[in-house]
Amino acid sequence: MNKSTTRIQARPTASGWLQAWLPRLVLAPSVAVSLFFVYGFMLWTFVLSLTSSRMLPSYDFVGFGQYSRLMANDRWWVASTNLMVFGVLFIAVCLIIGTLLAILLDQKIRQEGALRTIYLYPMALSFIVTGVVWKWLLNPQLGIQAMVQSWGFESFRFDWIVNPDMAIYTLVIAAVWQASGFVMALFLAGLRGIDDSIVKAAQLDGASLPRIYWRVVMPCLRPVVFSAVMILAHIAIKSFDLVVALTGGGPGYATDLPATFMYTHAFNRAQIGLGSASAMLMLGGVLAILIPYLYSELRSRKHG
Amino acid sequence: MANVIRRQTPAARLLRGVLYGVLIVAGLFYALPLIVMLMTSVKPLSEISAGTLLSLPQNPTLEPWTKAWGEACTGMRCEGVGGYFWNSFAIVIPAVLISTTVGALNGYALTKWRFKGSELVFALMLFGCFIPFQVVLLPMAQTLGWLGLSSSRAGLILVHVVFGIAFTTLFFRNFYVGIPNELVSAAKLDGAGFFRIFWRILLPVSAPIIVVSVIWQFTQIWNDFLFGVAFSAHNTQPVTVALNNLVNTSTGVREYNVDMAAAMIAALPTLVVYVLAGKYFVRGLTAGSVKG
Repeated sequence: MNKSTTRIQARPTASGWLQAWLPRLVLAPSVAVSLFFVYGFMLWTFVLSLTSSRMLPSYDFVGFGQYSRLMANDRWWVASTNLMVFGVLFIAVCLIIGTLLAILLDQKIRQEGALRTIYLYPMALSFIVTGVVWKWLLNPQLGIQAMVQSWGFESFRFDWIVNPDMAIYTLVIAAVWQASGFVMALFLAGLRGIDDSIVKAAQLDGASLPRIYWRVVMPCLRPVVFSAVMILAHIAIKSFDLVVALTGGGPGYATDLPATFMYTHAFNRAQIGLGSASAMLMLGGVLAILIPYLYSELRSRKHG
Repeated sequence: MANVIRRQTPAARLLRGVLYGVLIVAGLFYALPLIVMLMTSVKPLSEISAGTLLSLPQNPTLEPWTKAWGEACTGMRCEGVGGYFWNSFAIVIPAVLISTTVGALNGYALTKWRFKGSELVFALMLFGCFIPFQVVLLPMAQTLGWLGLSSSRAGLILVHVVFGIAFTTLFFRNFYVGIPNELVSAAKLDGAGFFRIFWRILLPVSAPIIVVSVIWQFTQIWNDFLFGVAFSAHNTQPVTVALNNLVNTSTGVREYNVDMAAAMIAALPTLVVYVLAGKYFVRGLTAGSVKG
């Protein structure tokens, strides 16, 4: 349809030619920008990761030397392990809390709008603000620990943020606070989209409420779960601001993530080659999640 | 999925009570940090050390706010976060306008003027939504240097536009797919050109998606820290970077009330957007993630 009408337009005049090519001309700058700033830069970073660049980019190639240095680097392994721990917990807890809240809010609640607003507002804040606020709440001398102790529970301890073994979990708490409301919103939208008659039918068959949710409703929400996991995984891999503001990567480098590892090495420690290698591995991580997702999306589009 | 728990029996009523109880406790979990932040920001320092998180301010004062705005030290300078707050606006406004305009035109061209390979072009651009920005930091720093835009506001605007158009194009493309092609075809037969059709047919129905795109871009760019910290100097820093510097300045007495006031200042614009346009905010957050 489009094609035939375009052909009518495309007379062999200058203005006709312009009309036919205008859409492509309009897209051209964006395509050029994407090619250069996204694909070109990815390639560029990859090239840098093959060099011995330190303070400034230099182009003497050392093969995959930076990658083997990275693999031998303790701090990188701490950062990667942290990302696994943080990512898995963050995604799991967000999903659990988000799903529960969505199901509970879906029971004809009075003031649903107000509650939804409260659950979701942290998503509007920057991770820096979230980090600053939670740093204050988790501060053992002034925050939650001090408050509970002042209520008479003298032995109460909640000093995770200064404890190298526990500090990573404070990141989970703050990130869950920020993002779980968003998961709730996703699930609520999904629940509202489910056909009531399926649920009614299950009720007539005498299924209990939890059973209906588990066996009938949740399977319908599989695409929502999938999207939520994708988005949360993406947030986890990108998490940089939160670490900077909440723990600064510390105590020591106990709460480093690959994102902060890359920044520290590339910008503060004059290890551009090593930083680039770590950035490439982050990209690899994102692709490992993204490609199966896009694949399944494309497949479902074809079938649908 | 509603009306499943009914109210008749006492057991059901009890269940209903528990339901509300859980929802309210959850509400407290989300609301408390903001309440604590607000209360702390109007307490004098002496009350902070004497009381606890939840003790109400005895002598509320706005002094921490004025100090955070105009005097508090961010790193070496002691001029508050006010200037950086305006910096953020100076970066956000042009970046949002440009990226939304470009996204709208891209989405229009991709859906209403399909050509061979237009789907591929879309897929190519979409990838920009997913890359971890660490991958582009070093080349970007060097490119900005070549362009003479290092540490400038214009440089930051460029960065935000470049990585914003992937999202705005996605939003507008998915929106325009749903607008009937017949409208456009009829206008084409009448001899209307590319921009005329956009201006007269697409733009008048685009208000909802423009709002989503503007809100999404505004919150993304306002809340950005990574690009701000990597590509700006002290006089062009956005407020998120200034806030982080302020909180981590190690000289002198820790003024928690000032920290909290500064955090409130940094959070206010996006909170206001959220309160005023909450419906669209949610739509922006969920756009393209449930069904495009």
